[in-house]
Amino acid sequence: MEKRVVFRSAWLPYFLVAPQIAITVVFFFWPAVQAVWFSFQLQDAFGLKSQFVGMQNFAHLFNDRNYLTSFKTTALFSGLVAFFGIAISLLLATMADRVLRGAMAYKTLLIWPYAVAPAIAGVLWAFLFAPSIGIVTYVLKGWGVDWNWIINGDQAMLLVVIASVWKEISYNFLFFLAGLQSIPKSLIEAAAIDGAGPARRFWTIVFPLLSPTTFFLLVVNIVYAFFDTFGVIDATTQGGPGQATNILVYKVYHDGVKAADLGGSSAQSVILMFIVIALTVVQFRFIERKVEY
Amino acid sequence: MAAVSFRDVRKSYTPELQVIHGVSMDIKDGEFIVILGPSGCGKSTLLRMVAGLETITSGEIAIGDRVVNNLEPKDRDIAMVFQNYALYPHMTVYDNMAYGLRIRGLSKDDISVRVKKAADILELDKYLERRPRELSGGQRQRVAMGRAIVREPQVFLFDEPLSNLDAKLRVQMRAELQALHRRLGTTSLFVTHDQVEAMTLAQRMIVINAGRAEQIGAPLEIYANPATVFVASFIGSPPMNLVPRDGRLLGIRPEHLEPCAASDAMLTIDVDLIEPLGADILVYGHVGDRDSARVAARLPADALAQAGKLALRYDPANVHWFDPKSGLRST
Repeated sequence: MEKRVVFRSAWLPYFLVAPQIAITVVFFFWPAVQAVWFSFQLQDAFGLKSQFVGMQNFAHLFNDRNYLTSFKTTALFSGLVAFFGIAISLLLATMADRVLRGAMAYKTLLIWPYAVAPAIAGVLWAFLFAPSIGIVTYVLKGWGVDWNWIINGDQAMLLVVIASVWKEISYNFLFFLAGLQSIPKSLIEAAAIDGAGPARRFWTIVFPLLSPTTFFLLVVNIVYAFFDTFGVIDATTQGGPGQATNILVYKVYHDGVKAADLGGSSAQSVILMFIVIALTVVQFRFIERKVEY
Repeated sequence: MAAVSFRDVRKSYTPELQVIHGVSMDIKDGEFIVILGPSGCGKSTLLRMVAGLETITSGEIAIGDRVVNNLEPKDRDIAMVFQNYALYPHMTVYDNMAYGLRIRGLSKDDISVRVKKAADILELDKYLERRPRELSGGQRQRVAMGRAIVREPQVFLFDEPLSNLDAKLRVQMRAELQALHRRLGTTSLFVTHDQVEAMTLAQRMIVINAGRAEQIGAPLEIYANPATVFVASFIGSPPMNLVPRDGRLLGIRPEHLEPCAASDAMLTIDVDLIEPLGADILVYGHVGDRDSARVAARLPADALAQAGKLALRYDPANVHWFDPKSGLRST
């Protein structure tokens, strides 16, 4: 039986949830509604007057080559971040799961990057990879690699991917480690007796059992790459060189704040809003009903 | 099928922490052996050493004429049934049983024949496409056994496979295990802490206490002639009564005690607990004050059991004597 608390006063429960509701309304719903409203309008450069233009902002966007490129850039970026973020953390979690001595120390160290703010992570990696003074750049030069992400778009992309993945690994690692530890040891032993070697045991037993976790992390990581990597990009490439790392969320900021195109920027955030709603639906539809073994 | 032999097998995790103190035993081909002991006595460790899931610190374990100390579990030609069944939750019953066969590279038809045969023996035919979570405890237990028998290994290892079942199912599975062993005749090692399982299943059993083999023998032989105080007090329900007498320990089974006139008493107890079981009555009491030995007697159902002094006698032929210092049988 589900245990329920019943309040005597009809108002007390509303009063208790009021702060949360207020925060959600003021900081989420209001801006969201405003964004939708602005996306139908055209402002003048000084913000003095605006006029209703209907779907014109959206029509502009879909005819804008830069915007479509930004879509592709975002897809590439989030694909790389999600893939490497998941693959590397799975590898680390598998190894940490086997460690017997000093396991706590490894785990703690692996979880630390999560506490670092995205912008700091960006700056950190930007310094390591700085074209003139970066230590990694120096090593790469020694190997004959010409490293300069300020002018090379692919290298800029690589840099923001590395910084974003590095930050996301901790989070994924925690989930994978918890997932691995919930697999009974006897399953692995049974597979060993059945004749499966370590690699086969991993791919036929461990990996399928982790698949709900992996799918959950895939969605979370894509959302992360779409939205939370703003700090990383702003602190390093600022979308450049050219449009090479100008992902959607950064473009919203750039077009709205720097280029003062409030209507166009709002239209972009409305589109982003739909993307996030779609991802959330996917999350709930598939993960809430995830296969329970 | 193969014989299994233990030659002074020892296991220690650290130099100070030794958990198996030299077990030696020869198991004949096709024998059903039960390893019996209280929890934490090392019986599962011993079984896992045969499986290759634990290393052998010293001594030798041989399956057939091969010493398997350094062989991987997969090369030992054994199959194991785990306490929690360890079924692969994401695979169907069929795939659970076929997994090991596929790895060993059997042909599809071959696998199908073997799985179908095992499913037939275990009455699992209807459940082959189900996943483990859609099965009851008893069915999961059967799948775990099916996974072992399709492999047609030299030796079956059972690690307390019945302990997760309810009492009724346990009795049923016990009978099925016996039937299965009669049918297949595969050498089996069965670990349990339940003496009823041990007594009913074993052809021979090995009683383990704190990493030492206390006694090896047929169940009734061990029941009739326990070699040590531990075995005497572990086997039998209630276990053998042990009463200090003349510097030695007198052992007498509860069923060998009978009420008598006070003048004939060989043992007088102060009854404080009466358990009528229907077929008979168990009475318990101390032989002297509260710190003295406690004795149980199994009386016929029509005996008049009441609290207070009860005079008991026994046939001296049924008495066992033990040395209290060494714990060994002394006659």
